[in-house]
Amino acid sequence: MRAKALETLLVGKGLVDPAAVDALVDTFSNDIGPQNGARVVARSWCDPDYRARLLADATSAIAELGYSGMQGEHMVAVENSDDVHNVVVCTLCSCYPWPVLGLPPVWYKSPEYRARVVREPRAVIAEFGLELADDVEVRVWDSTAEIRYLVVPQRPAGTDALDEAGLADLVTRDSMIGTGLALSPEAD
Amino acid sequence: MDSVHDLGGVEGFGPIPIEADEPVFHETWEGRVLGCRFLMGFWGRWNIDANRHSLEQLPPGDYLTMSYYEKWAAGVVNLSVEKGLITRDEVRTGQPAAESERMTPPVDAAGLLAFLPKGRPSSREIDAASAFGVGDRVRTARHMHSGHTRLPRYLRDRVGEIILHHGAHVFPDVSATMAGDAPQHLYAVRFDGGEIWGDEAEPGHSVTADLWESYLVSAA
Repeated sequence: MRAKALETLLVGKGLVDPAAVDALVDTFSNDIGPQNGARVVARSWCDPDYRARLLADATSAIAELGYSGMQGEHMVAVENSDDVHNVVVCTLCSCYPWPVLGLPPVWYKSPEYRARVVREPRAVIAEFGLELADDVEVRVWDSTAEIRYLVVPQRPAGTDALDEAGLADLVTRDSMIGTGLALSPEAD
Repeated sequence: MDSVHDLGGVEGFGPIPIEADEPVFHETWEGRVLGCRFLMGFWGRWNIDANRHSLEQLPPGDYLTMSYYEKWAAGVVNLSVEKGLITRDEVRTGQPAAESERMTPPVDAAGLLAFLPKGRPSSREIDAASAFGVGDRVRTARHMHSGHTRLPRYLRDRVGEIILHHGAHVFPDVSATMAGDAPQHLYAVRFDGGEIWGDEAEPGHSVTADLWESYLVSAA
């Protein structure tokens, strides 16, 4: 059944309110996306107390900035360091932290990513242009339950002069999944 | 259920299909399908686990070749027919049956926008004490059933270490059958790459998955 015909049928039977479909599409097109997670990360870089709260209870810390709910009911933040790099996947379906990252990109939902990143994470991450050093431990998180993981990338060098909003501009979606790093200021 | 949705570690796939500057929706219909699938859930005839199971039951060839939103559309049609919200005849004609009574949607735009920041937490309070604690070594189950489960094939019969205790959560294997929440303690279990993949494992990696207590036995 074609998608348009599906909506026509469901609306015709009174099963779905088309204005609610409009609202959902609008919300995920404009209000909920990786700009939310970028604010969380930038705050954690600027505010050590916030960082501690984020790592201890991410759901509450993220809610402080106004992000909560569907597909982010139970959040855990995992922080990258010089020694550890985290990357997130859902091998069984496409679980993704909607309130902070929005809807997942096609590659995150692809069989290629879901199959390969648990088995050869360095090779997969390298396809995104990030070559991890041999002595960096790679931690893959497979989202098999309703816990959603947010990667906190490392703060780039040369960003001491930037304020929180300027820092948030450096935090990419991929850096919060773990297939990239935060941007360097000179990369702008 | 052992089907192709359980993709972790399957070999033979090519490069990751990375798209620069990807839009949220590639085509308008994708957003409409997202909305329809999401909103149909408010009828309460299925839950997130049954929803996932409906996608797992697509024929394996279809599962691997249909796009994400094509699968969602197929899943919502199948669930809606199975639960009696629409009929196969209506799917075929695209029109409500002449005798069908028009219903009132369970949620409108305002209700949806009020719901999103709340979501549906899966945590539950249970009396049973947790069998394991952080630092414990556990072995995952070897045999699984043919219904919905969240123990991936590549993590069966493997030994790992519990690194987080998430409290108790709805158990998907039961929840997917609409037989109740059956909550159990849930743990993040870390497995060394070599334990999962053997000699060919990439050096210096681990995989951590969230696993329910009944998937685990002590490996102390």
